[in-house]
Amino acid sequence: MREFGYKRATDVPEAVALLATDPEARFLGGGTNLVDLMKTGVESPALLVDVRGLPLDRIEVADDGALKIGATVTNSDLAADPEVRRRYPALTEAVLAGASGQLRNMATVGGNLLQRTRCGYFGDTAQPCNKRVPGSGCPALAGEHHNHAILDWSEHCVATHPSDMGVALAAFDAVVSIHTADGPAELPLSEFYLPVGDTPHRENALPPGALITGVTLPAAPVAARSRYRKVRERASFAFANGSIAAALDVEDGTVRDVRLAFGAVASRPWRARKAERALTGGPATAEAFAAAADAELAAAEPLAHNGYKVPLIRNLVVAMLTELTQEAAR
Amino acid sequence: MTAPTAPSVSAPSTAVAAAGTTTASPAPTRTSGAVGTPHTRLEGRLKVTGAARYAGEVPFAELAHGWLVTSTVARGRIRSIEAEPVLAMPGVLTVLHHENAPRLTPGVGMMGPDATLQVLQDDRVPHVGWPVALVVAETLEQAREAAEALVVAYDAEPHDAVFHAGHPGMYTPEPSRYVLPDSDKGDVEAELGASAVVVDEEYTTPQEYHSAMEPHAAVARWENGRLEAIDSNQGSHAVAQDLAKLFSLDAASVRVRSEHVGGAFGSKGTIRPHLLLAVMATTVLDRPVRVVLTRRQMFSLVGSRPATAQRVRLGADSDGRLRALDHEARTFSSTVHEYVEQSTRHSRIMYAADALRTRTKVVRLDVPTPAFMRAPGWAPGSFAVESAMDELAEKAGMDPIALRSRNEPEAGPVSGLPFSSRNLIACFDEGARRFGWTDRDPRPRARRDGRWLLGTGMAAAAHSAGTAPSTASITAGADGAFTVRIAAADIGTGARTALTQIAADALGAPPERVRVKIADSDFGPAFLAGGSMGTASWAWAITEAAAALGEKLALVDQIPAEGITARADTSELVSGRQPRESNAFGAQFAEVSVDVASGEVRVRRMLGIFAVGRVVNPLTARSQLVGGMTMGLSMALHEEGIRDTASGGLANADLAGYHVAANADVPVIEAGWVDDPDTYNPSGIKGLGEIGIVGVAAAIANAVWHATGVRHRDLPIRLDRVLTAGTAIENGGAVTH
Repeated sequence: MREFGYKRATDVPEAVALLATDPEARFLGGGTNLVDLMKTGVESPALLVDVRGLPLDRIEVADDGALKIGATVTNSDLAADPEVRRRYPALTEAVLAGASGQLRNMATVGGNLLQRTRCGYFGDTAQPCNKRVPGSGCPALAGEHHNHAILDWSEHCVATHPSDMGVALAAFDAVVSIHTADGPAELPLSEFYLPVGDTPHRENALPPGALITGVTLPAAPVAARSRYRKVRERASFAFANGSIAAALDVEDGTVRDVRLAFGAVASRPWRARKAERALTGGPATAEAFAAAADAELAAAEPLAHNGYKVPLIRNLVVAMLTELTQEAAR
Repeated sequence: MTAPTAPSVSAPSTAVAAAGTTTASPAPTRTSGAVGTPHTRLEGRLKVTGAARYAGEVPFAELAHGWLVTSTVARGRIRSIEAEPVLAMPGVLTVLHHENAPRLTPGVGMMGPDATLQVLQDDRVPHVGWPVALVVAETLEQAREAAEALVVAYDAEPHDAVFHAGHPGMYTPEPSRYVLPDSDKGDVEAELGASAVVVDEEYTTPQEYHSAMEPHAAVARWENGRLEAIDSNQGSHAVAQDLAKLFSLDAASVRVRSEHVGGAFGSKGTIRPHLLLAVMATTVLDRPVRVVLTRRQMFSLVGSRPATAQRVRLGADSDGRLRALDHEARTFSSTVHEYVEQSTRHSRIMYAADALRTRTKVVRLDVPTPAFMRAPGWAPGSFAVESAMDELAEKAGMDPIALRSRNEPEAGPVSGLPFSSRNLIACFDEGARRFGWTDRDPRPRARRDGRWLLGTGMAAAAHSAGTAPSTASITAGADGAFTVRIAAADIGTGARTALTQIAADALGAPPERVRVKIADSDFGPAFLAGGSMGTASWAWAITEAAAALGEKLALVDQIPAEGITARADTSELVSGRQPRESNAFGAQFAEVSVDVASGEVRVRRMLGIFAVGRVVNPLTARSQLVGGMTMGLSMALHEEGIRDTASGGLANADLAGYHVAANADVPVIEAGWVDDPDTYNPSGIKGLGEIGIVGVAAAIANAVWHATGVRHRDLPIRLDRVLTAGTAIENGGAVTH
């Protein structure tokens, strides 16, 4: 493990300035992913700029009703926040579906968005990996990929994004607030993650040296009836094989508004806009739900060992939208 | 050089003081009733407060740290190791590799010549993760950074690392002490042909890993001409013996201690590379050296349960009486050493059948060497046979317990030997009563709770109950206290506490006046904590020593200041017994819920009832059984080493990728036992460290069938397998999601 410098920032401009002092510097949030990667040699920063002390640990309601979540809010605090629980219950459920209590007490919102894939080849420095060493190859394509992507992957990388929280944020049109040397800026989550293409090592659209300062969730009445469900290989403490965040507004058997996002299917949280379009204004029936899922999953290109994710996601869509419909009727 | 500060467990000083200081007149024939009484672990407080030091934690002055470098190719030769740049790095003391490491004596091994011990002896690379160098530095961080910077070049060769049943390299291993011969009784084909009901299926189990909490660790140093090591192992005496042989040392000049061990499950049963490397380094540097394996290194250097592919054929009359039992088990070992998983053990003792045939085949691959892992043979074998018995019960329209009960053997089906005791039926009866089995509707797919289909299943369990020679000594002190010395190991099981209870009863003294010192090779030969034989073997030696001490004490009026010591060696007693078929038995029950739309399987409750002889400490016995059952649940649903075909390495060599059951997976688990008197070992103890895992995977798989109507014959019962199979009725039935 390489020796590294450690500096603690007290305000946002200082954090950004400190990071700029070393091209191999990284921000340190909860450290629940970065420190692990440093131990295994996947990451070897020269300098860590600790941003945990920044005044970004608040969750506030803006004048327009949007919920503004600071980047250093811990997962535990986010999940427990009364506004989040009331207005975006799927977000609480998603956060609580991830990691363990100890990790959630450490992990931060900003870090969660930036966590790296859990592809085993990425984590094993003895193996090639285009994400870790560009141009070295992707052994997952012909190797172990039973929990890899089925949507929008490329011949260069078939890894998934591991976040649960991000799936709920994607469903609710989150906007990421950032700060660069030029000052504050905003980036919709839908544009935050870059397509895999031939640059799987470039995962997001953050400008160089930018710090995530928070996430804003626009007011969305439909989100008040929302759920997150995660299917994984054990009952706790495992990443998803497939997950779904869903919100549904049904009136007289017709879908008025719907939000759907999938996890563990692509290199980013997957907003299922095709399925949403297919459902909106149509009947809230199991057949319609299945047809909408099929519309979204028509683009799926499973590999030899992850084809089960197609029926898994389809079944989750039908089961969850059916549940939400039944709840609305009560 | 400071001495290690590992604390020893001692009886409360007040009790010793109260016992007086001059004359003691113990009556070793009287029992004080400690055995059978719940007792918390004597070292429990030390452990939960962090005061108990494990091998990797014992502080030493001048300690140097070794970091292991392992191979990244699956087969080939080391072309070069560029040590010079690494030696120039801060704090680096040495880089040991095949060209400069101390030479080891070949042909050494606890269970025959074991070439896995010949580390850093030549340029051959037999698998990914084989030791190629040890970097030693002043600090752990320096050693690690230097090890990661070490450039090793290989001449790689094509490798063959993937196991499958049809591998052309399969052969029949030579019988030995550790390899059972194939068995043939009667005419299997004729009996199958005459059977009204036949099952012929294949079952597979994946490669599984011990995954002990404490990584393998050792500190070694030379002290006054003696090699001293503190090591994490299951048997300090045997490890010291092999260490002496490997380094061509006088056995008396080697001492190995293992005061506390944080789990083992078989992976610490033999000497392992971390200790050899620590000894090499301390020999070269003449200062204490510590070597601790990383979790990733544990996946290639301390063994695993190898994958199996098993074909089971059963034939029975329409009333369930078995005519034929045919069990063929295929498995793999490495090119380095032949370890053969004995999956047919279960079928060799479990059921009476007119014809009984077992076959074992093995193929050598370019992979790490497998090893004994909790209930070796019994665990994978019972999955296949007990699943097949459930299939037979279904086909015969019989209750699974009734089918098993009908085929109880009078004597060992292969050995012909009488059973020392066999109380399997009592386990069935008590288990069925407590689980509520008698009200069970045998039809599959008949129960539902919301999105969950519900089912119940059961399986029988067995494990050999052996005794091995051991020695022990007991010293009666002038203060009225007793000190027992035995090179036993407490790998987290509660052995130290159980032996204290056994010694107290044998000495007729309250446990507070008995101090049991364990895990020191200087105490003399003792069997390891393995094979479910530890407590039974040690108990006999302690009981004999207590009797010998009683005879000595009867001759004196006063105990001298140095105390009076008696020793015992059970070698002749153990070998002098008439051969018996001696086993522990059990019945496993499970209730599961299955969501076929998501593939999720959850175990709702489990019950295990066992016949395990005399139970010494009900508290830790229950923990052992529940722990074994939990490991069985993990085997059924989660654990699977996934080999990467291209590299030959493991694709999930850490605990994030290799899943063991989390707390949330483990429901209410109850374990109990029935009366099982058996004096084949005079202590009445059969051992219960392993039987808890046996049969669990079959009970769960049988319950999944009962819930869904689908047989899952491949472990683990993964969600993708369940999802893909749905509730399809076999032989082309419709999928009903």
